[in-house]
Amino acid sequence: MTAATETALGLTESTGIGSRIAKFVIYTGLFVVFGGPLLALLVSSFNHVSDPTQLSILPKSPTLDNFRIAFDQGVLKYLMNSFFVVGFGLLLQVAVSVLAGYALARKVFPLMTLVMVAILATMMLPEEILALPLTLVLADLPLVHVNLMGTLAGMIVPLGAWAFSILVMTEFMKDVPKELEEAARIDGAGEFRIFAQIILPLCKPALGVIGVFGFTMIWDQYLLPLLVATDSSAYTLPLALRTLRIDPLVTPGVVMAASLLALLPSVLVFLFFQRSFARGLTAGALKG
Amino acid sequence: MTVKEAAPPASRPAAAAPGARRRGSSTRFRARRGGRWWIPWLFLAPALILFLYFKFIPMAQAVSMSVQEVRPYLGNTWVGTANYSEILSSESFRSATWNTIVLAVGQTFGAMALGFALALLVEGQTRKLNFIRSAAFLPVVVPMAVVAELWRIMYHPTSDGLMNQVIALIGLGPSGFINDPDTSLASIAVTGIWRGAPYDMMIFLAGLAGIDRGLYEAATVDGASTKQRILHVTLPGLRPVFAILFVLAAVRGFRSFTEVFLLTNGGPNGSTEVVMTLIYKLGLEQNRLGVGSAGAVLLFAATLVLTVCVQLLRKRRSA
Repeated sequence: MTAATETALGLTESTGIGSRIAKFVIYTGLFVVFGGPLLALLVSSFNHVSDPTQLSILPKSPTLDNFRIAFDQGVLKYLMNSFFVVGFGLLLQVAVSVLAGYALARKVFPLMTLVMVAILATMMLPEEILALPLTLVLADLPLVHVNLMGTLAGMIVPLGAWAFSILVMTEFMKDVPKELEEAARIDGAGEFRIFAQIILPLCKPALGVIGVFGFTMIWDQYLLPLLVATDSSAYTLPLALRTLRIDPLVTPGVVMAASLLALLPSVLVFLFFQRSFARGLTAGALKG
Repeated sequence: MTVKEAAPPASRPAAAAPGARRRGSSTRFRARRGGRWWIPWLFLAPALILFLYFKFIPMAQAVSMSVQEVRPYLGNTWVGTANYSEILSSESFRSATWNTIVLAVGQTFGAMALGFALALLVEGQTRKLNFIRSAAFLPVVVPMAVVAELWRIMYHPTSDGLMNQVIALIGLGPSGFINDPDTSLASIAVTGIWRGAPYDMMIFLAGLAGIDRGLYEAATVDGASTKQRILHVTLPGLRPVFAILFVLAAVRGFRSFTEVFLLTNGGPNGSTEVVMTLIYKLGLEQNRLGVGSAGAVLLFAATLVLTVCVQLLRKRRSA
């Protein structure tokens, strides 16, 4: 195979001085366009922004004042709320997904197709479309009559079952060889034992995928917390950004400081688990 | 059974503890082997209950509220299609629908075109490219609320706002961006493209990796130029990727809420009011749950029709 046919454009292989300059310009441009605004956010959160109109790209007399003011405004509590929601939400979501994935991948039972169709159908029903009735359901859960409005639990349970995670888990569990399960069964292992000690340990890569996607999905939630939170005590950090911005005494630097705290967790998760991310993107988009 | 009893314990996988094995009687073993009918349902129960409570019951309720006048504490009354005719004939819903379509189309095609160009530019295996890809992907994992607050400051309407300084470099502006009814919707679309293009780029890259390298070589041997190679080898090879991204992005565009809510909340002058912000205002600020639900059902129908149409088109193409 000739070198020029490795990529569609053949950019990597062209080494002339002209194309080197072109590449440098293109890649710098890319970096500025996509990284630049985030860099401005980072720098501004450490700057005294006295002029409320603009972001600063160059650091001038760096300070932690923005963070100090943000903490005075209760940002730490909103951050804790966010961590509570993402922690328990992810725990619930992963547990629900592995259980459902096990049944769908390893069992054959009547109505299985119907269950699969129902799960796929939920992908057409995001929080946006269900926003209004969801507030009514959460205010008075059918049959059990519990009111989850204004509680963090109300932001967690609606995210507990996510079709994407269940489908990723199902696909992955299908690939575990039948022989392993048979052997354990012959040795007298019960259903739950097979699930927890044979199948689940072999699904670590899939757990990574649903873990990182679940984390960013829950961390990015906006409408659901907005519907559920009846007062600021239940605000998550993304919701609190708007309140901070509207407050006339709060400078953009403080909003940027709070924004930095709001973006760091999901950015760090992405940077640490890039491989799981890449795997999930293709699984989610090309199969689903 | 005899095989099981005869096999020495040492030959068994560590996972099955000897104690558990001995306790299992032969009848229990047989029952498990045949599989009790309720076992799959036990594993599925948490997912099905949660879906029932937070997807299907709300959807049923949306449909039922859309044909009623919802009056809390007074009881609902059946109004038939009155909510639908009211919302369909209202000027604000019609302009919101138009804005939603413009925004969805702009964001979808903008992000796909830019994402495709980016994917071609950063395809390759070098470390440097890996780094650039990761950096370019960052906007996707930044929460939408942060993206909106950041761009809100960047779009500051005076000449010392960041975006105004940028467009001043090419001799434009200053623009009002989200504060000017003429540019507000386009500004929101640009923000959406900024966040959506890197996602599309990653999917395109996965698609590019799946294209047969032999085809590139054959094209080169036949004397095809880079442009011809992309037109006749790369693009046809990516057709399924385009279809999937189109559906994903268009459906997402139809229900955009957070970025509009935070950047403009529908203003100025209703120039960026989209279906979702209108439903939010109708339902939760004016308490008109029936009319709002009718809007939500229509939005659902639109996304459903779009998805089904694209799937059918794909089936016919590939058949």
